[in-house]
Amino acid sequence: MVEHAEIRMVHRGGSKINFREPVITNDSRFLLCAAGESVNVYSTSTEEYVHDLQGHTGLVTGVVLNPSNHLQVYSCSADGTVRLWDFTDAILIKTFIIGYPIYSIYVSEKHGGVVFLVVPMANYKSSELFQLVAVHLPHSGDQEVEARELSAVLCDVSPHAGAASFGREGEYIAAVRGLQLEVFFFKKQKSYRFSLKSGKKKGAKNAFTCISCHPKEDCIATGHEDGKIRMWRNFNQKKEYTYSTLHWHHGAVNTLCFTPEGTNLLSGGIESVLVHWHYTQENQKDFLPRLGAAITHIAVSPDGSLFSTSHSDNKITIIQSCVKVSAVIQGLVKGDGVWTNLIIDPRSKALVLNGKPGHLQFYSLHRDKQLYNLDIVQQEYIHEEGLDQFEVVKAAFDARGDWLATVEERRKKGAELEINLKLWAYDELTQSFVLNTTVTAPHEDQITAMFFSPSPETTMLVTTSLDGHFKAWLLADHSDANEGFWACDFVGGYHLLKPGCCSFSADGSLLSVGFQEVVTVWSPASWELLTTLSQPPGAIRDLCFGRLSCSKYLLGASTKNQLCCWNLLTCSLEWSTPMDVSLLQTDPLSENMAAFCSQSGSSDLFVFKPSEPRPLYSQKALCTGKVQHAVFAPRDQMLESCEERTQWLNRSQLYFFTQHMDLLTFSTKTEEDRLLASSKQLMVDDSVAVTPFYLLLGKHRGQQLEKQEALTNPMAERTQLPQGSIAIKELLHTPAHVLPSASFLCAMFVRSLLISSSSAREEKEHEEGEMEREEEDSEGEADPRLGESAAWGPPEEFGAPALTKAQERELRKVKTFDHSWLSSLLDC
Amino acid sequence: MGEFKVHRVRFFDYMPTAIRAMAFNAHTERLALARMDGSVEIFNFTDHYFQEKVIPGKDSRSIESLCWVGGRLFSAGLNGEIAEYDLENLRPKYSLEAYGGPIWTIISNTQGTQLAIGCEDGTVKLFEVLEEHIQFERNLDRQKGRIISLSWHPSGTHIAAGMMDMIRVFDVPTGHAVQRLLVDRGFGGSKSRETVVWSVAFLSDHTVVSGDSAGKVQVWDGHTGTLVKTHLVTKWDVLALSVSKDESSVVAGTSEGTVIQFQFIAPTLHQQQDKEWVRTRTFKNHTHDVRALAEIETAIVSGGMDTHLVVRPLLEKFDEKSHASGLRKIHFPHVIANNINLSCAKKAGLLLFQFPGQLELWRLGDSDEHGKPGDRLPLKRKPEKLLLLKRKGEDHICCSALSSCGGWLAYSTVSSVRIYRLQTDNNNISITKVSKLPKALHSAHQLCFSSDSSKMFAASSQSSVLVIALTQSECKYVHTLKPKSGSRQPIHLMTTSGDGKWLAAANSDCEIHVYNLQKLKLHCIVPVYGSCPSAMGIHPTTNNMTVVHADQQVNTMPSPHIKQYTDWSRKLQKQGLHNVWLDRDTPVTHVTFNSKNPNQVVLHDMHMFCIIDQSLPLPDQKTQFYNQMTLRSLSEQERPSHLHAFKICKTFQDLLCVSLLDDQSLVVVERPLLAITSQLPAPVRQKKFAT
Repeated sequence: MVEHAEIRMVHRGGSKINFREPVITNDSRFLLCAAGESVNVYSTSTEEYVHDLQGHTGLVTGVVLNPSNHLQVYSCSADGTVRLWDFTDAILIKTFIIGYPIYSIYVSEKHGGVVFLVVPMANYKSSELFQLVAVHLPHSGDQEVEARELSAVLCDVSPHAGAASFGREGEYIAAVRGLQLEVFFFKKQKSYRFSLKSGKKKGAKNAFTCISCHPKEDCIATGHEDGKIRMWRNFNQKKEYTYSTLHWHHGAVNTLCFTPEGTNLLSGGIESVLVHWHYTQENQKDFLPRLGAAITHIAVSPDGSLFSTSHSDNKITIIQSCVKVSAVIQGLVKGDGVWTNLIIDPRSKALVLNGKPGHLQFYSLHRDKQLYNLDIVQQEYIHEEGLDQFEVVKAAFDARGDWLATVEERRKKGAELEINLKLWAYDELTQSFVLNTTVTAPHEDQITAMFFSPSPETTMLVTTSLDGHFKAWLLADHSDANEGFWACDFVGGYHLLKPGCCSFSADGSLLSVGFQEVVTVWSPASWELLTTLSQPPGAIRDLCFGRLSCSKYLLGASTKNQLCCWNLLTCSLEWSTPMDVSLLQTDPLSENMAAFCSQSGSSDLFVFKPSEPRPLYSQKALCTGKVQHAVFAPRDQMLESCEERTQWLNRSQLYFFTQHMDLLTFSTKTEEDRLLASSKQLMVDDSVAVTPFYLLLGKHRGQQLEKQEALTNPMAERTQLPQGSIAIKELLHTPAHVLPSASFLCAMFVRSLLISSSSAREEKEHEEGEMEREEEDSEGEADPRLGESAAWGPPEEFGAPALTKAQERELRKVKTFDHSWLSSLLDC
Repeated sequence: MGEFKVHRVRFFDYMPTAIRAMAFNAHTERLALARMDGSVEIFNFTDHYFQEKVIPGKDSRSIESLCWVGGRLFSAGLNGEIAEYDLENLRPKYSLEAYGGPIWTIISNTQGTQLAIGCEDGTVKLFEVLEEHIQFERNLDRQKGRIISLSWHPSGTHIAAGMMDMIRVFDVPTGHAVQRLLVDRGFGGSKSRETVVWSVAFLSDHTVVSGDSAGKVQVWDGHTGTLVKTHLVTKWDVLALSVSKDESSVVAGTSEGTVIQFQFIAPTLHQQQDKEWVRTRTFKNHTHDVRALAEIETAIVSGGMDTHLVVRPLLEKFDEKSHASGLRKIHFPHVIANNINLSCAKKAGLLLFQFPGQLELWRLGDSDEHGKPGDRLPLKRKPEKLLLLKRKGEDHICCSALSSCGGWLAYSTVSSVRIYRLQTDNNNISITKVSKLPKALHSAHQLCFSSDSSKMFAASSQSSVLVIALTQSECKYVHTLKPKSGSRQPIHLMTTSGDGKWLAAANSDCEIHVYNLQKLKLHCIVPVYGSCPSAMGIHPTTNNMTVVHADQQVNTMPSPHIKQYTDWSRKLQKQGLHNVWLDRDTPVTHVTFNSKNPNQVVLHDMHMFCIIDQSLPLPDQKTQFYNQMTLRSLSEQERPSHLHAFKICKTFQDLLCVSLLDDQSLVVVERPLLAITSQLPAPVRQKKFAT
């Protein structure tokens, strides 16, 4: 694809943030979580996205704090690298190349410089066998280091995060897989294995799901598929080991976590209830219920004040002091599937699709953030597998975004299908949709397509169903009531064939309905069948009218690998081409159309104009699997690209879902450049997490506060301690990797705290006003030193330039001082 | 394996009674178990949990607690008496009124010199254990409220007493209460109810563990009287506690039928200080209250309201999976003695069922029809209860017998023997008690008629057998057969040969004596095998004697008087029995023979019956043991190559008796466990998820 180098397929938002356990930083200000190919940093207090750590080229499979430096994190990825980051400034410090795809990472304070990784067994590359290896991270100044010295610790482990855990003070590591628990003691280099019976005979499912070790005592908690938690003790004995059982969960225990002091054990599962078990009194437990969706991971901040739970609906909840949900970080909800197509809300330009069960989510593509959820079904969702519950299957907006139509259905095996059609009016006051009309059983069978008429005069909805009819619904005006409701206006059919799709022309004057092989064209004004078009064999799967200059064309994709284009003026086939089109999508702002074809397991994309025989853009092997959902999202700012290949991306952007529910889009080079320019390095203040909102308001307010303080309390200036001096501040905030060694800085730091004898003398003599000047001096004194230490120049340079008075004094001071720190430095 | 007409008897509605108390003697490895009806059973844990002895109950006796002192067994009950048992004659030796109202508990100190009982009136009474007797010594300080449970500190200086709402610690030398530990009441509605401390355990480090009616297991410091730890275990009662010998584990039995283990565990692996009691495992083998518990070296033994005794081995104490490491459930008080519960008069088609309070005589049904294997035949004549004979006096029936001709019936209690003459003509039955009995016949452990019904044998004290001659008019004492070995253990099995020449009697010392009835003297002792015989029989025609032991070993002898095994038996011993056979967990209770085929022996235990065909090859370890289904699927030609000597049928379950009648029909007496369970009182209400 050299020719299309300027167009790149990128992940744009919507990545899974619940894939692995998040990490809360030591100061509890940030939450880091793996999100697709990057690590996202969120603020725990404002739930706002701060920045991300980009660099991995594969799925990030684990994030852990560096145990020896709490301002750094390790991340591992399926691309075979472990990267060390400074997360406050989003700087990549080091890359360790391991060479195998990594599935999870574990670290321990006792094992400094060693990370434990789960990688596939070397000699079983294809099979599903994994091993836990210890990797010594070499000390080296290079950015990229190869770390290929792997020493196996445990064989045949589970690749899931949470299936291994370090025990008290890192003395042992315990891992579970299937029905086996294995504990490896590092000191003795000996491992103990304990296995359970499958218990299937007795109706129990004993397989292990997760593990957590008590941080202070030798106790291992394991979660099981049948909802039991076992607490293992005395596991350094082959026979005399023992365990007790706790049972509250009715489904599998997804995750377990001890609090840092080990006083509580947290567990979560499909019930979406966070359970606190009191460690010593197992009968006492507290619950935090109604967390929205099944809990997949639990993380606790190092001070134990914050918990975070990841949920199956791509959400991270931050819980304060065990009881209060303080923040919710919501990603794009990817439920069991997307039944509604991807739709763009004309008002908010948000992407609308199935969210939580029974809800529609409004997701801002530009901000990569969920705006809100709209409860469509309005019924309690029961968190249990195997239940048939109402699902939203269709949704459509009218042209202005005033009306939203939704279809929900419940399929029960052996029972009748239940369908509801709901129409929602947009309420300006509440800025949200309000239910206007509910039609129970609008059709006798499944609804296959639903569209609003785009014409500005009438608001009309057309639904087609497998019962052989299509229905037009109109907003019935009632003079007495100020609000009208929707009623059926017309029921149409064609030779008892089943309609599969429908489409309105751009101006709403024509409606085409595909009845299996036959395309019928109707006039919505008079409900007259204008013409029928047919191109057998193959039922019509997708229908699209051309737009703007191509509005005379009607395109249809059939199941028998044909894409046909009819000219509506001549009512004849203009052209047809053999293509297995799985999805046909029109750009509402241009004539362009996008067709996704599935071919031999992967999808191809063609962008074309119906009037032109040559595609504008084509991309082979876009992704594996069929593309089922795509949408053109209008850009908020037009691009000014005149290059032919990228022109189709000027007005709108094409988003699509792959089979694995990854939201992908196309971006051009110019766009990326612009993005890069806008994201400039942000200054970090230590009081509040830096979010765009804070940058707008916070700084301003901070200045105001400072001013006020200065006015009300002039004493504050004077009693300022040396710690507050800018030099020290800067020293503390300079990234550690660019600073010289700590031993070098230490002496200097201590000196800066001392009050020099000369200045002390002066202090006595001078008035208070003089002190300020003195302090300025001390700042001036620190500055060149810092610069020097950073540049690491020889100290003799000090005297070389012409000296100011102050500097002269400074130099004298230096000379009188002990230089042993320097010699010690030189020695080593 | 042959086709039989089967009488499937399910009308024996025998109901075992609940287990009330248990005491384990670690020295002799015997478990004493008391049931609600006052009977005491002794199990030998070295010999496959074999039930050696049963001391029959008595109406007025109730046992709340059992206690071993050395080899002596004491019991105390709510009738206010302490009783010591004569384990050789299977009867109470004496009983002593304690004058303290109902007694809740009895314990002994580790030295075995003193007994302490807890009484309803709030006193703890100490008794001195003398050679042949016990003697009241003194009372400890009297308390308000009853003493429910007691535990003696191993050093013997202190006693912990569980009472209502509190635990008292007594100093034994002074008799004063030194500590008062207040036990909290339950939550909610049970706040107004007093907490009953059902059980206490005093450990050697002065830790007191208590289990109470509020569902708590609490750990106290006995020195300071402070509460160390509370484990809320159940919403109902914690009824029983038991401490392991090394004091590293405590088990608690609850009303929910669970047994919960607590272990003394250090929080970290390498330093062994600061240990604490941690709740670990939960065993649920009972549906009702667990009233009695014993933690022995390798297993937890529990019993309760649901009448069965469960031996739950602690798997960590076993090196490998073996016969002993499997869970054992003992459902019936073993019907060990060949006909303790039923006598099957072979010729008459009569069945005698023995209950503690009565005897029932039934006539089997009859049918002329023929059918395919597995069919149910329509009955011409329904089974019929001919007779219901209630015992006289307070003592429960301990054994009974019916002669094979159906003309004599005898039963014995601890205090008396009664013999009846039965006459059946067509549908009329008449019974007359034989009025004059010889003086020597005052009680019997086992009764047996000779095959021609001319003699009756009664097992008496010190392994002796009384021979009684029966004639139409009277019964006459003939002789007392005495063993030479001088064993004092009671006889639990007796059988006679068909020709009336030999009598074999087995006692709890694993000895089988063979007496010559013509000469009326001891003929020989069968080679002693290390395990107690659980069933034996002599073939009516060939005099082949078969003995099955508690460890499932099968031995045969060509004739009782020949002191050696048959070739088949030697071959079997040499090759060894199949592991599947050895792993069965219930003992064989009856041995009968097919009079038509001298090679066939019919054995049964609770879960199966087996026909041993001595003409077929023995199975080796690799052959499939239960092969009846496979055989059925094979063709006629292939079948002989797959046959082996053990033919096992599992069609009938919960078997109490399998016997072959003279007309080649099989009598199978079943007592379905489900029927027993359905007669039990309702268990405590438990909230189950999703109900």
